[in-house]
Amino acid sequence: MRNDWIIEVENLTKRYAGTTAIDGLTFSVGRGEIVGFLGPNGAGKSTTMRILACFLPATSGTARVAGFDVFAQADEVRRRIGYMPENNPLHLDMRVRDYLKFRARLKGLGIGSSRDRAEAVMQQCGLTEVSRRIIGHLSKGYRQRVGLADALVHDPELIILDEPTIGLDPHQLRAVRQLIKEMEHSHTVLLSTHVLSEVEMTCNRVLIMHQGKILAADTTRNLKNILSDGGQVIAEIAAPVSELRACWEQMGEVEYFDVAPAEGEYHRCALTPRAGLDLRPLVFEQVRARGWALRELSRAQHSLEDIFVHITRPDREEEAR
Amino acid sequence: MRVYLTLVRRELGGFFASLIGYVIVAWVLLLLGLSFTDMLAKLNDDPHGLLTPLTELFYRTPYFWLILLLTVPVITMRSFAFEKWSGTYETLMTTPVGDAQVVLAKFTGTLLLYLLTWLPLFGCIAVVRYFTREPTLLDPWTTTSTFLGIFLIGCLYMSMGCFASALTRSQILAAMNSFVIGLGLFVLSLRSLVPAPEADWAAKVFSYISLIEHMEDFARGFVDTRPVVFYLSLTVFFLFLTLKVVESRRWK
Repeated sequence: MRNDWIIEVENLTKRYAGTTAIDGLTFSVGRGEIVGFLGPNGAGKSTTMRILACFLPATSGTARVAGFDVFAQADEVRRRIGYMPENNPLHLDMRVRDYLKFRARLKGLGIGSSRDRAEAVMQQCGLTEVSRRIIGHLSKGYRQRVGLADALVHDPELIILDEPTIGLDPHQLRAVRQLIKEMEHSHTVLLSTHVLSEVEMTCNRVLIMHQGKILAADTTRNLKNILSDGGQVIAEIAAPVSELRACWEQMGEVEYFDVAPAEGEYHRCALTPRAGLDLRPLVFEQVRARGWALRELSRAQHSLEDIFVHITRPDREEEAR
Repeated sequence: MRVYLTLVRRELGGFFASLIGYVIVAWVLLLLGLSFTDMLAKLNDDPHGLLTPLTELFYRTPYFWLILLLTVPVITMRSFAFEKWSGTYETLMTTPVGDAQVVLAKFTGTLLLYLLTWLPLFGCIAVVRYFTREPTLLDPWTTTSTFLGIFLIGCLYMSMGCFASALTRSQILAAMNSFVIGLGLFVLSLRSLVPAPEADWAAKVFSYISLIEHMEDFARGFVDTRPVVFYLSLTVFFLFLTLKVVESRRWK
């Protein structure tokens, strides 16, 4: 057991009557990481988080948080985590400040330190100007911040956020993501989402879950590299089709190509290289040599979206693992 | 202990932040007022009635059981069902708070609200006493024993209500369940009012569990240890069941 793992999960399985929600999960999360759980609805993300937050027991397997077993030493674990469940349930009849003080007290802080911590997290989450407002009267974005502030209020080692950005408008989304990003230096964060761009923006590592299993676990950058095997280049060039075709056929580095008409006299060429070469300088070389006009030259970047679709496609499951 | 008090405060806060606390208090106040006017009418018709303790006169009006049977489900339905429905149960149970603490705090919160609704009764009694200046109407001991009875029966009904609420995430179902359990116990005690030809064991059992007989005694100023034991043990039993329901979430 290494000490710098904050979450260690081994062979974790959870069965509900008739269905298997998660099936033999094994993963670990190091301190100070922001890890994203990515998967379609029903992949088992929430179940895993609920087990880690000691709300549900696992059917078999072990999970440890900061070295404490989530079943046998639940109280120790609960003291060390800040958990925000799906849909962020709050006491809508309370005022923001009172709610945060109440939650801090439940988490074992004294009267004085509850007040201080509530003020501190309100400052951190930009809630100071609404501290006297009733939570039920706040907008969704503010409520989400109250949920985050609650997760942070006892300064836990690990923060577990289940779909923290669901249902927010773009401005609120950005604000909440920014908040999560800011936690990076002080806390370990495990968050779940089915929005792929979110993981790309906020997380440094991603666990892709599908049907209760982890299909891929890597840093976001590595995952992209693994799957950008094509390295396809798109070039829009003004030249006759026949000349273009002849040119690409002569280039040994191009494996396949496709030429399609674009606006005006331009043609859109999609070039796939052999062995992951970067074709862009070579294409530019050709264009300059032949005196063509070039208006776009780019390499297709695989987004996590492609990765995700690629991995969760049933026939690719084995290969991706 | 600190956490327990925080939770009790939240329970009470929940009642009075929403309309429900005020509605219950107003409703009980109305019923108490009706029974008060009934009581006054009775005293006017029958001056000899002054020899019976006022609390007994009050208890003889039909409103006592109405208040108990109708307010208890409304008070207790929120306790667990509302939190489960709104999801705050999950945030509550993932803090380092023990299950037993949660159950006790919910029970205490509902019991305090229940006792609060009975406070106006003191006012009614004091008014009658002030105008009649009749000491037998209200000696401190009968008043204390009546309130002891109200307290004990409240403990039992609140624990049953909390149990019903812990079983479901729907407040309506919780209220209905607790109403049915409470009404069932009350109807059983009606059985003891039917005079039995001989005192067989069944009659003894029915008399032992008869809420009506117990309350009559309490209102007259008799405190028997048997009903006290009966109420306290059943309260503990239902709280134990509630605790088991709360714990069952983590059973494998």
